[in-house]
Amino acid sequence: MKEYDIVVIGGGPAGLASALAAKENGIKDILILERDRELGGILNQCIHNGFGLHTFKEELTGPEYAARYIERVVDMKISYKLHTMVLDIRPDKVITAMNKEEGLFEIRTKAIILAMGCRERARGALNIPGYRPAGIFSAGTAQWLVNKEGYLPGREVVILGSGDIGLIMARRMTLEGAKVKVVAELMPYSGGLKRNIVQCLDDYGIPLKLAHTIIDIKGKKRLEGVTLAQVDENGKPVLGTEEEYSCDTLLLSVGLIPENELSGGMGVAMNPVTSGPFVNESLETNREGVFACGNVLHVHDLVDFVSEEAAVAGKNAAKYVKNQSENRVSAANSEEIVQDTKVCLKPVNGVRYTVPSTINPSRMEENQIVRFRVGAVYKNKTIGVYFDGEEVLKRKRMVMAPGEMEEVKLSKTMFLSHPNVQSITIQVEDV
Amino acid sequence: MYDVIIIGAGVSGAAAARELSRYRLKVCVLEKEEDVCCGTSKANSALVHSGYDAAHGSLMAKLNVAGSAMMEELSLELDFPYKRIGSLMVCTSNEDLPQLQTLYSRGIQNGVKGLSVITGKEEIREIEPNLADDVVAVLHAASAGIVCPFGLNIAMAENAAANGVEFFFDTKVERIFSNKKEQSGFQVKTSKGIFETRCIVNAAGVYADVFHNMVSNRKIHITARAGEYCLLDKSAGEHVNHTVFALPTKLGKGVLVSPTIHGNLLVGPTAVNIEDKEDTATTREGLTELIEKAGMSVRKLPIRQVITSFTGLRAHEDNHDFLIGELPDVPGFVDCAGIESPGLTASPAIGLMVADIIREKLQPEVNPDFNGRRTGILNPNTLSKEERAALIAAKPAYGNVICRCETVTEGEIIDAIRRPLGAKSLDGVKRRVRAGMGRCQAGFCSPRVMEILSRELGMDMKKVTKNGAGSELLLGTNKDRL
Amino acid sequence: MEKRELTCIGCPMGCAITVTMNGMEIKDIAGQTCKRGETYARKEVTSPSRVVTSTVVVDGGTERRVPVKTQNDIPKDKIFECMKALKGIHITAPVAIGDIILVNVAGTGVNIIAAKNIEQQHFV
Repeated sequence: MKEYDIVVIGGGPAGLASALAAKENGIKDILILERDRELGGILNQCIHNGFGLHTFKEELTGPEYAARYIERVVDMKISYKLHTMVLDIRPDKVITAMNKEEGLFEIRTKAIILAMGCRERARGALNIPGYRPAGIFSAGTAQWLVNKEGYLPGREVVILGSGDIGLIMARRMTLEGAKVKVVAELMPYSGGLKRNIVQCLDDYGIPLKLAHTIIDIKGKKRLEGVTLAQVDENGKPVLGTEEEYSCDTLLLSVGLIPENELSGGMGVAMNPVTSGPFVNESLETNREGVFACGNVLHVHDLVDFVSEEAAVAGKNAAKYVKNQSENRVSAANSEEIVQDTKVCLKPVNGVRYTVPSTINPSRMEENQIVRFRVGAVYKNKTIGVYFDGEEVLKRKRMVMAPGEMEEVKLSKTMFLSHPNVQSITIQVEDV
Repeated sequence: MYDVIIIGAGVSGAAAARELSRYRLKVCVLEKEEDVCCGTSKANSALVHSGYDAAHGSLMAKLNVAGSAMMEELSLELDFPYKRIGSLMVCTSNEDLPQLQTLYSRGIQNGVKGLSVITGKEEIREIEPNLADDVVAVLHAASAGIVCPFGLNIAMAENAAANGVEFFFDTKVERIFSNKKEQSGFQVKTSKGIFETRCIVNAAGVYADVFHNMVSNRKIHITARAGEYCLLDKSAGEHVNHTVFALPTKLGKGVLVSPTIHGNLLVGPTAVNIEDKEDTATTREGLTELIEKAGMSVRKLPIRQVITSFTGLRAHEDNHDFLIGELPDVPGFVDCAGIESPGLTASPAIGLMVADIIREKLQPEVNPDFNGRRTGILNPNTLSKEERAALIAAKPAYGNVICRCETVTEGEIIDAIRRPLGAKSLDGVKRRVRAGMGRCQAGFCSPRVMEILSRELGMDMKKVTKNGAGSELLLGTNKDRL
Repeated sequence: MEKRELTCIGCPMGCAITVTMNGMEIKDIAGQTCKRGETYARKEVTSPSRVVTSTVVVDGGTERRVPVKTQNDIPKDKIFECMKALKGIHITAPVAIGDIILVNVAGTGVNIIAAKNIEQQHFV
């Protein structure tokens, strides 16, 4: 059985950045396993620009952003396998994978970085009534067809959900010659970035109907039309607000779900709020030596933050592998090396979750970034951070929305001045 | 001139076709859709009922028990997925106990084996931990099972084809003329031309009354009764170990909760009579009803795990029994009508009964070349690691995963397309190998499967359909109208 | 006097900004909560521009299409003209990021460049 120091599951932005960071931190034997035909993941079909403003201070398209990482992976001679599907990961870190050339094979590794990304929520999860004709696509499927294959899935389009992929596809299909009639969003606010609403919808005069949903789908063979209706505050359609739209295509952009079937299978504990693993300050799951980053951990809005987070995971995985080797040398001292004091982070009052969910002060860096999302739109509020009830940080926010990830930075100093801290609460509060 | 024309390639038609292929007969199946298993047969509870439900003495009861008894051996002979998991009829109130007893007695009368009434919360909990808290008794039917309805239907049709039965798809029967002059035989006018035949088997599902009434003066009436279902992700598949029925009460008929043969959880059906025989739309009311009712027999149902919902149409005949037999006023015309639940269970016995009627009438010779065995599409997940490695070495397409949720390889999809009566559409592939049936509902794999269909069948990508003509998936190319 | 309603994209706040114009002259900018809003609005009403991305056909490559973009932003009212100019373009692999696909698209003075590396398809 082949052995590696670190195996990265997934060659998208998270996998690439984590592998690079691990390599830069002195790990030689790294393998990236990618199920698609090329590295880069979903970025390859995101041909619009707007990537990399934070990382590279310029606006790149998805493939260009990916290429910057892919080139470095190649330069640094990090090995990768394409067209390779991981079927199973055992708790003892034996990975079963499969491809055309090698068939079914097993790999043993010291550390694993989970970077499988996410998938789109499908129609079934929404229980939209009506027929099941051709012409209903998730926005990402349409994106693949248009951007990778050059096909137009339809001519007259309605989009349900105002997630970023849906907004981006409204513009892409318009530019390629389709008519996008309306974007309907169940919530009273959009799930996408403001910039996308302006540049993908407003620029082309595509109406965005907030607090609306689809209550009927017509057409037995190919989609013929949908019925839109306004919803009340409980998300229930309001009688008498129905509007008919004739269309041959319905795109769904109704949320992303981390792809954690492999993680669950190996006993990684999951956070039901994010559908991603619970992780500590090192982005390590409850399974020692198994790290997670990117959209498999929690769904991000900006790839720059995925890369940043993944680099942290890669660095910590490298540290873990090196510690493990050293521990073997001085096994007698091993108990002193890892202090198991965990401080729990508690998201309350408007904050839905935090990543990480625990911090071990002895293992943290100078600064610990804590990322989270809020559950509603808040204007002129502050984010308060409390160590056992004592305020340590307050950050003012003009606006916060569920569609935009937030972060706060905790410093080592905060922990030094609270040596016995048990729990940290993060909340939205009035100014 | 055919000896027998079967109208409809659902389970009944396919079962009849296979049984008839045991004889030296020229048989064909006319199907209006592009594939087998496109109507009632594709959207149902996927159960093999034990047989206590149907009235004693009814044809339904007789063929249910007979079909159920045939299913295991048939599944081995035809290589389709079937598992005997047993069913539980849940009674949640002491005052309903007599009804449970009635079902038990009827089952005994119908000849159902392996029936027992279990009382005592602990004993019940032990065999099915997630039943509703207020359960007081269950009727356990050990012979009940689950089956892949597509697998069963496709297997019977494929085997019939292998034994010489012809299948014509996209062939809609429009008119049937009896040959008045010769007093026997029919002319069948279809969308693809005229077919002549000595006998007709009317296995047209919800349309069986239309064809019956074309030739007979004794009219029948079949109502399409819609049943909506929700399918839950495999992560919910082990929520129950048995098929769980709710005992019908004053509050109405409950819905069933059952594992499926592929490891998902199925909840359904509702029952609504509808006018339009093609109306397979799901409704908001139906889906809400399912979610409410499922909780009556099973607790903590993880309803958030729903991955898809669908509507099936049952062919309900006014007298609620199967109508199988030659029409007294139209010799040579054999009805196979009113086949609603437990039609899937009964289908092997239905096929046998139909074939017997034809055999009596036409007195055919036995087909000496008949081979009843069929090998299904190889599922590499059933192989050992060594066997799988050897398979991929020989056929690398088995190492290329196309559907990630269900781990379906290119090799399986190619097999599904190339075999006799092979898949021609996305849904055809899905019914045969489950590509696109998983939690992402084809988001990732549909463009890849379309590409394989286009390559294997030598058709343009824009001609690839979801389920036959009119359901094309791509309507143009980029900038084609700029 | 003409009033133009805009949504600022400077931050998630998305201020609703009203610009009052007299012909091409800006008379008033109102509704923004910071300086960025004013800068954005000024540019949007006088010379709005966008980067346009699309794909063109690649022959002989490992991919069928290569993503392309305008090297810089182009005037907003030239977007569809730019798309039309890309219709029917075929290029031959290999393609490298930055390769010029089309010079001076739609008379904007801006080139269309490739946004992905595409290798040649080698048939064995």
